[in-house]
Amino acid sequence: MGILTDLSPEEWTAIWLSLRIAVVAMLASLPFGVLCAYALARWNFPGKMIFNGIIHMPLVLPPVVTGFILLLLFGRRGTFGPFLADLGIVLSFRWTGAALACAVMGFPLMVRAIRLSFESIDQRLEHAAGSLGAGPFWTFILISLPLAMPGIVVGAILSFARSLGEFGATITFVSNIPGQTQTISAAIYTYTQVPGGDLGAMRLTVVSIIIALSTLIASELIQQRANQRVASFE
Amino acid sequence: MIEVDVTRTVGAFVLKVAFSNNHGITALFGQSGSGKSLTISLIAGLSRPDEGRIVLDGQVLVDTKAHIFVPPYRRRIGFVFQDSHLFPHLSVRQNLMFGRWFAPRNERGIAFDSVVETLGIGHLLKRRPARLSGGERQRVAIGRALLACPKLLLMDEPFAALDLQRRLQILPLIERLRDEFKIPIVYVSHALEEVVRLAGYVVVLEGGTVKAAGDPGEVFGPSAVQSAESRFDRSTVLTMQVGGEDEGYGLTELLHPAGTIWLAGPAGDRGSKVRIMVHATDVTLSAVQPRNLSVRSVLEGQVREVETEGALASVEIALNGGGRLFAMATRRAIDDLGLKPGDPVFALVKTVALDERTVGQLQP
Repeated sequence: MGILTDLSPEEWTAIWLSLRIAVVAMLASLPFGVLCAYALARWNFPGKMIFNGIIHMPLVLPPVVTGFILLLLFGRRGTFGPFLADLGIVLSFRWTGAALACAVMGFPLMVRAIRLSFESIDQRLEHAAGSLGAGPFWTFILISLPLAMPGIVVGAILSFARSLGEFGATITFVSNIPGQTQTISAAIYTYTQVPGGDLGAMRLTVVSIIIALSTLIASELIQQRANQRVASFE
Repeated sequence: MIEVDVTRTVGAFVLKVAFSNNHGITALFGQSGSGKSLTISLIAGLSRPDEGRIVLDGQVLVDTKAHIFVPPYRRRIGFVFQDSHLFPHLSVRQNLMFGRWFAPRNERGIAFDSVVETLGIGHLLKRRPARLSGGERQRVAIGRALLACPKLLLMDEPFAALDLQRRLQILPLIERLRDEFKIPIVYVSHALEEVVRLAGYVVVLEGGTVKAAGDPGEVFGPSAVQSAESRFDRSTVLTMQVGGEDEGYGLTELLHPAGTIWLAGPAGDRGSKVRIMVHATDVTLSAVQPRNLSVRSVLEGQVREVETEGALASVEIALNGGGRLFAMATRRAIDDLGLKPGDPVFALVKTVALDERTVGQLQP
């Protein structure tokens, strides 16, 4: 436990920042993830393949490329940057930008998991809801969403975990500013670049392992509960 | 009042159906692949017709010419599916209440308590659908559809997944729905017994077209059943009146001008009309008034026609007081009796051969 008490204030900042970025990225992308997953699972529309391809792009592109595209789009002089700045939203070199990068990187994993669970819902249950007078909106809220809940939980956890591991896109898009955009990964990278930084890197590595293990255990527990609920449906 | 006149092509299958019925239970009857389920899903709005109109109580639900298509959730048509499709994440009570939220406040005429009581599901309200038996699920599904206070109830072979015992328990419930809640029902089935028992109007589908439509007593009378493939399928539907009961022996008297049939079990209120289905193979013929037999149900009439085929003979009998009955015997037996058209004859029906599933009260 000595390692934890030895953590410097800067290291604590990096830890809290990592957690905050991961949570915000997960929560902010969840509604979009659910929507995109539902659209892909249930609707047929022109350009569906291309839409699906774009969503999955961050999974196959090198993270640095994704980060660079984000810079082009949302940077201070990017396509949407000035417009967002007028609205008071600045993403470049801020922790919010890091959250955006993490959300984009975790998005394909999230959508995949949720889409699968929407697809596994018996569509005739949705028809039954329609025959009882529930329109598309209420059918979605009352039937599809609750039944897809196990998949939504899995998707959210995957996104959270991806955020904690994110490095390439974040550092490309928002750089590595202590207290602003320096996450655990970035801090470890910095330590490895300076002489005598090994001990600091080691401390943060231990913290990373603790967070990763807790996340895995928590997700396992949540999944077990979700599976029990689903099993009781059958 | 439901009026249907639609065509729809699915691959090589062409459905072309037109019928209308004013009240009570309309049965869509036919083999699998005859277009029953497609017809019902067109009425529900789960599929669109290529051409045609569907009108319910004066409201146009579909009119391809006028480009009208009311989406399913605005049709107020209840649907009871083959396997109940209860919402697995909701309790039985929540399932039952689901449709009620969406029914207009002033059109919630059907009371929760009376539905729960009629269907006998009061003890299940707190359970999840997963903890219900097949019969319980189907009863809850019927209740769920009813409590949405629909203008029409569609039932797509609702008991196909149930065993005979469960069916016997649930069939009287459908009659009570018809009589107590006054909801018109379109009932899809390939079980002749169920259709004969429940329906006031039957539409026989074959290969996507209407082969016959009308009162089941007429549609399944001799002429229509002659096409039956095997001798075991040949049967007659008779309309009888409920007479007295022999409580000591648990028998009920069914009256016909031609005679009396004793039925094992209850048949309904005295004086009410019931339909029964008699298989030709369950009818024994006698040229004289029979005595000292275990068969107690005797109907009198005259031979109308004798049709022979191989070793078998099929005898059509004109019953006294109207109605016809088919009997199946060996050709030799008929020759021995010397039966020919015009001869008086006594038809014996084995009480135990009457399927009580087929005996249901007709709409008053």
